Amino acid sequence: MGEAIVITSGKGGVGKTTTSANIGTSLALMDKKVCLIDTDIGLRNLDVIMGLENRIIYDIVDVIQGRCKLQQALIKDKRFDYLSLLPAAQTSDKSAVTTEGMKEIVSELKQEYDYIIIDCPAGIEQGFQNAIAGADRAIVVTTPENSSVRDADRIIGLIEKENMVEPPRLIINRIRNHMMKNGDMLDIDDIVQLLAIDLIGIVADDEEMIKASNKGEPISLSPNFKSSISYRNIARRILGETVPLQSLEEEKGFMQKIKAFFKI
Amino acid sequence: MQETKPTITIKGTRDGLILFIDENSSFEEILQDLIKKLDASTPQKEEPVVSVKVKLGHRYLTEEQRHQLKEIIEEKNRFQIEAMESDVIPIKDAKTWLDESQLKVVNQIVRSGQVLETKGDLLLIGDVNPGGRVRASGNIYIMGNLLGIAHAGIDGDQEAFIAASYMKPAQLRIAEYISRAPDYEADGVYMECGIIDPDQNKIVIDSIKTLSKQRKVISAFERRMNNG
Repeated sequence: MGEAIVITSGKGGVGKTTTSANIGTSLALMDKKVCLIDTDIGLRNLDVIMGLENRIIYDIVDVIQGRCKLQQALIKDKRFDYLSLLPAAQTSDKSAVTTEGMKEIVSELKQEYDYIIIDCPAGIEQGFQNAIAGADRAIVVTTPENSSVRDADRIIGLIEKENMVEPPRLIINRIRNHMMKNGDMLDIDDIVQLLAIDLIGIVADDEEMIKASNKGEPISLSPNFKSSISYRNIARRILGETVPLQSLEEEKGFMQKIKAFFKI
Repeated sequence: MQETKPTITIKGTRDGLILFIDENSSFEEILQDLIKKLDASTPQKEEPVVSVKVKLGHRYLTEEQRHQLKEIIEEKNRFQIEAMESDVIPIKDAKTWLDESQLKVVNQIVRSGQVLETKGDLLLIGDVNPGGRVRASGNIYIMGNLLGIAHAGIDGDQEAFIAASYMKPAQLRIAEYISRAPDYEADGVYMECGIIDPDQNKIVIDSIKTLSKQRKVISAFERRMNNG
């Protein structure tokens, strides 16, 4: 019996879809059976980031309206045997998806997969309600900005009313270390204190991430980048391992190290 | 043999007159006797105004009856009713008093978009985050950070106040008064309270220490019991 995790944020553009893709990929790298569900009807992106756009035949609305079987709509990833994607509909009417339909799909997928990662649309309307309907736990993504933290707070309030198995957990995305140090960005501790939920990971703002998303290759596939390690760490924490938060300090060059040594 | 106990006893004190009204006679009887008694003494013109306290004992008067009584007493004489005291109140009133005077303890974080509203005083163990809102008809005590909006005395109690461990509210409201945070970025304050300052006619934030001087009786219930 698998576990369904919804990735949500309230505000748009904080990196829900990228986070979903990378957590899913990282879990698959650890030999877990993972299914990704895109619930952003009309504005689907998850397939693009996963590089699976050209394989879509059926989508989630087709499944709910009975035009195909769930298994037919699932797209198998090109890199992993047990990583699948249930894409959102691009054209269909939004109201086609209901909370009951979502619950059914999720519980069916739970029979076969270890983890169901649900990518939630922005906002708090029906799309959000659908996305959290079948979920067992929630991960809230925020960036170190006031507006995004405010929306995360609102979302956490709504999730807490849902009586999920566990309280939601937090990912702080797009951290720019030098700005945080200067006090131009909200501090990690301040955000955690305000939102009062457990932190499950921090991810630095990384240009490589944009490159990877454009290529349709989630960054967590390549182990050379800091943000890739961040996502893998988050996946390990989801599995219940204790992994310390990585330091966001920039690696210093050789000359800088010597300068620092002599305190120049 | 029937002993007729006087329905109305008048007693003079230094502060004025006290009218004791017998509990066992009917209201009609009392009104008649009262008119007779008051007619007996016609006031002289330059007589100073005398304040009168009416003690009703275990008698409950409706609002209309109180009005009637007041009219008769104040009509001809230079009397002014200072207070009408009764030893009884209806159960309904008592229940609303109790409801409004109770301290509700709530343990939660009031997050953005959430509203927590209570009758009586509110003790919140947890934070009020930006965009969150707490409302109470009495006082508000927050053991946590107040970063959103707090509204005390929503039914118009200007004596109500708001106290918090850490205060950096978007707005403070007490009864119909509203004050907002300054436009410049300011740090919050620890262990402070918001209270209406009658001299400045606005809400001021002050140390909790000063509260004991300004609000001797904190509980709304005690205030009402004492002031009727």
